[in-house]
Amino acid sequence: MVAFIVRRLWQAALVMLVMSLLVFLGVFVIGNPVDVLISPDATQDIRNRVIAQYGLDLPIWQQYLHFASNLLHGDLGRSFVYNMPVSQLIASRFPATMELAVIAVLLASLIGIPLGIYAGYKPESWTAKVIMALSILGFSVPTFWIGLMLIMVFAVQLGIMPAGGRGETVSVFGIPVSFLTFDGMRHLILPAVNLSLFKMSMMIRLAASGTREVMLTDTIKFARAAGINEWTILRRHVLRLISIPLVTVFGLELGSTIAFAVVTETIYSWPGLGKLIIDSITSLDRPVMVAYLMLVSLMFITINLVVDLAYAVLDPRMRHGGGK
Amino acid sequence: MTLSVEKARTSSDFWAEFVRHPVAVIAAVILLVVIVLAVFAPLIAPQDPYDLSSLVMRDARRAPGYIGTGGYTHILGTDSQGRDLFSAILYGLRISLEMGLLAGAIAFSIGALVGCTAAYVGGRFEALVMRLVDLQLSFPAILLAFVVAALLGQGKGQLIVALVFSQYAYFVRTAHGAAAVERNKDYVEAALSVPMSGWFVVTRHILPNALPPLIVVATVQVASAISLEATLSFLGVGLPPTEPSLGMLISGGFQYLLSGRYWISIYPGVALIVLIMAINLVGDQVRSQLNPRLKR
Repeated sequence: MVAFIVRRLWQAALVMLVMSLLVFLGVFVIGNPVDVLISPDATQDIRNRVIAQYGLDLPIWQQYLHFASNLLHGDLGRSFVYNMPVSQLIASRFPATMELAVIAVLLASLIGIPLGIYAGYKPESWTAKVIMALSILGFSVPTFWIGLMLIMVFAVQLGIMPAGGRGETVSVFGIPVSFLTFDGMRHLILPAVNLSLFKMSMMIRLAASGTREVMLTDTIKFARAAGINEWTILRRHVLRLISIPLVTVFGLELGSTIAFAVVTETIYSWPGLGKLIIDSITSLDRPVMVAYLMLVSLMFITINLVVDLAYAVLDPRMRHGGGK
Repeated sequence: MTLSVEKARTSSDFWAEFVRHPVAVIAAVILLVVIVLAVFAPLIAPQDPYDLSSLVMRDARRAPGYIGTGGYTHILGTDSQGRDLFSAILYGLRISLEMGLLAGAIAFSIGALVGCTAAYVGGRFEALVMRLVDLQLSFPAILLAFVVAALLGQGKGQLIVALVFSQYAYFVRTAHGAAAVERNKDYVEAALSVPMSGWFVVTRHILPNALPPLIVVATVQVASAISLEATLSFLGVGLPPTEPSLGMLISGGFQYLLSGRYWISIYPGVALIVLIMAINLVGDQVRSQLNPRLKR
């Protein structure tokens, strides 16, 4: 088990290194931040000073080494546009995105898994067919479109929900959260539902196909023969057997929800990371882009690591074979 | 000879099974209609939305049913630049379909070739390729597409690259999975013992047998490419404003949605969803017919 963990950690570190190279090179090739940083009528002297100050005159490999060593020291650089440390900027935006993502994934799991199990348990029933049809709808319809629909119906037509913004927040351990105030909750509902629908469809489909397969196995036949009631079978056997793919998806989805939040945050002007990255792309704010991409990569690599380790705990075969 | 007879029989079986599912048939018909509308857009549309000289500002943001300066009825209204929405949607469908199919086809080809080759060659090459693919699949497609599109900037070519980059890994994994099974079958061993060239064996024997699962993936991926394209264009990192895809139209109407001018965003969105839904429903049926595990 220890060897397994060490090997996975080593792999994760390697991947992170490769990602940092790719991200740095990728961001480096687009646009020239000098044009954004310095007004066109600045003197040549000022230009040179600013370029030197940000290290933009060095060869690219030196810039990379500089960037990598700063990164290891936890220094993400300064935003060109906001003129503040990127780490502060991200820290100030992260809680909003995290809150949205966590609530969306919880909504998706708490509603999606029971619906999916039901649809897999009674696949021929009308309810199951409706559930599955709705899940295809949730899959097919792009997130941004559902966001627009929700705004049109609930904010414009009915006027019962705000169309955007975060609303009133309260501080919990110094972190502002929306879901504890009535106003914040009202602002949170539409974006959270919007963000959760895609995941919910995914949970429904996974849970349904898993349940459908598990219900045909001997485990269930024997459990039924032993006279265990259906509810206990569902809870004790089916839920446990379908839990492995669900855990994976839950973990991965939390990450991808944060990534997807780019769309939802843009629509609802939710002041999180997604909005920050869109703004930084349009304003060529290189340090912010690099930091965001590195953060997202780190998140995904960590999630994959955790999911792999969770697998090893749930399924002993993985521990010895060490996966693929 | 026997082989072609066999093939004909299974494909007619396939259609016989397909037409017994009304939802899939309706979806297929709708899909066909949408494709015809998109292909013949220049003949059907009352206005050429690319022709800037035909746009009149006085006609901008008019509700459905308005009769404009052109003398014809704007059945779906006009957008913020006075474009006839019905025409714009037809042309938008063209662009969306073009992007989806092109990206899908390129990703399909790369994926099928890389996946089959990896399964055929085996060893370290296979391990490396599949490791890379696994890594890439752990990132959500939308994130990859978004990052690549943002890095490359706006443009048709750039968008295609972004879409292919975010999708090819699905094809590689599927092709590899199917090809790895074929690789160890006796007929491949036999073909190799004859000696036939490796390329011949991959393209003539392994690839055809890996096709059914690839086709299933392709339907899903084309739909998702279309949806991705719309999302990226909506976010402003996709197509340039000179290529009014459905995503651009929706994005252009977003700001007017709040003031009640719903049609600018809604109708292009409906067109987009009908297209994606139709592809997905057809794909769903194809999948359940090709997946032996669900057969009773």
